[in-house]
Amino acid sequence: MNDSALKTLRRVLRHPMFVVGLLIFLSVIITAMFADYIAPRTYREMDMTNAFAPPSRANPFGTDNYGRCLFSRVVYGSRIALRVGLIVVGIQALLGISLGLIAGYYGGILDRLISFLCDVTWSMPPLVFAMAIIMALGPSLDNVVISIAIVSWAEMARVVRSKTQSVKATAYVEAARAIGRTDAGIMGRHILPNILSPIIVLVTLALPLAILSTTSLSFLGLGAQPPTPDWGVILNEGIDFIQRAPWISIFPGIALVYTVLGFNLLGIGLRDILDPQLRDL
Amino acid sequence: MLNYAIRKLALGIITVLAVTVILFLILHSIPGDPIRMITDPRVSDEVLEELRVRWGLDRPLHVQYFYWIGNILRGNMGTSIMTHQSVAYLIRTRLPYTLVLAIGALIFRYIVGVASGLFVAVRRGSMADKVIVSLAVVLRSMPQFWLGILLIILFSVTWRLLPISGYDGPRSIILPLLALALPPVASTMRLTRSEILEVMREDYVRTAHAKGVPWYGVMIRHVLRNALIPVTVTFFLSLPWLIGGSVVVETVFAWPGMGRLLWRSIMRQDLPVVQGIVLIIAVLTVTSNTIGDIMTGVLDPRIREQMEEQ
Repeated sequence: MNDSALKTLRRVLRHPMFVVGLLIFLSVIITAMFADYIAPRTYREMDMTNAFAPPSRANPFGTDNYGRCLFSRVVYGSRIALRVGLIVVGIQALLGISLGLIAGYYGGILDRLISFLCDVTWSMPPLVFAMAIIMALGPSLDNVVISIAIVSWAEMARVVRSKTQSVKATAYVEAARAIGRTDAGIMGRHILPNILSPIIVLVTLALPLAILSTTSLSFLGLGAQPPTPDWGVILNEGIDFIQRAPWISIFPGIALVYTVLGFNLLGIGLRDILDPQLRDL
Repeated sequence: MLNYAIRKLALGIITVLAVTVILFLILHSIPGDPIRMITDPRVSDEVLEELRVRWGLDRPLHVQYFYWIGNILRGNMGTSIMTHQSVAYLIRTRLPYTLVLAIGALIFRYIVGVASGLFVAVRRGSMADKVIVSLAVVLRSMPQFWLGILLIILFSVTWRLLPISGYDGPRSIILPLLALALPPVASTMRLTRSEILEVMREDYVRTAHAKGVPWYGVMIRHVLRNALIPVTVTFFLSLPWLIGGSVVVETVFAWPGMGRLLWRSIMRQDLPVVQGIVLIIAVLTVTSNTIGDIMTGVLDPRIREQMEEQ
């Protein structure tokens, strides 16, 4: 390992937010990976004789109206949250980075067109826009993923566009063009590597937002459907029993905030270390 | 300046038009048939066809679009497929509830966010600063709907202080307003804090101190006045987020606003109502974005000049 990498590593480990975020992140990943071993029961095993049992040693988070073990459901829910979040951010990054690169590199009419698309996307509250798309496609987790990705790429495109514009003006891009590199080659080999750190920060900070939005839509009954142990679905089921069994409404929410907080801390840490200019995000 | 404002306004109108086209296309690509949703499965095909003609669903898409837009310009937003009430009436009766909630949340957010941002900025690096800034990250990670559920559990179920849901006098607004406004307070606070810290490093602030202006005079006349420009702009730009959030919060609290109506209409595939509400929201959003842009120009001449040069 060379000197500068070592220095970065030391700076990273001294950033308390980043370290806490990393620990939370790892714990969520481990929970999702080893859900089969951590959860005492499956997420759909019912036991009507044991419905609405408050939290106890046998059922750490209590049970719901079907006597299902909430702890097991919340543990399995981490898989859904992670998978959904990653897919949303993947699509969003693909759209945002490629459109941002094209707009920033070519400029002119393409730039105008893409910027106008961004403006139009911004003229609707993301959640409302996503709900309209889901109404057309029908409620399901897949459609939530698609709709959230469609409404949230613009921010990434905007940042990538402006970063691309500034890198494009540098001498080495000029040189690459002079020796006859293709546009795609220049974008992939010369521009993208140079704007990688803001992209890493944006992607990390987009993940918690994606998890929050998809869970909100599942909570509204537009996303994952029962008996899927999506945290939003469990919270939706819990609201009917809020007086009788408030634990159904509490634990999935704690898991959600814990996960989102972890990613936020990780993203803020990365931003401070990699690209302090992005402070406003 | 007038030029700048006019251009922003024109852009806003074009954007609204583009949004109506996109929304129309999205909503009319519904694979399910809204007519089948509301009729008995035993209804004959002839009757279905007749209903389709009555609702104008048999005509080509672009004809339906211009028909819709034309009607809206004449003040007719159509009729709900489910309740047969006019969409304009449905929206008119619910919109005030949503606006009260959203504007209340906006004011709460601004006051609390700026006050706490100022509080931590002048104590930079202290224990209070660190604790409050960390709390803000937790708040930012809190989904509004779950915060709402927590508030219900605490204030309505456990302590029985406030109504659980619905609208039952002005006390009913407290919990939904907090659920809607508290998470975004964090970002207003962070922005205020960082802007104040940045302005405090400027030369003109040092000059003001040096020529003996009292500390609070410098803070109010020089620091706050400049630091609050971006905060004020986000005040307008954040309206869409608040409206999006109010859909979820209104549903949690059964608040009789437009957001809950939107949710219910989406669940029932009530196309005319969804179209009407989404259009109103788009107009509100573009209007507040445009006001935000124009405000930036008014407050910060540097940005205005930049725009006018282009």
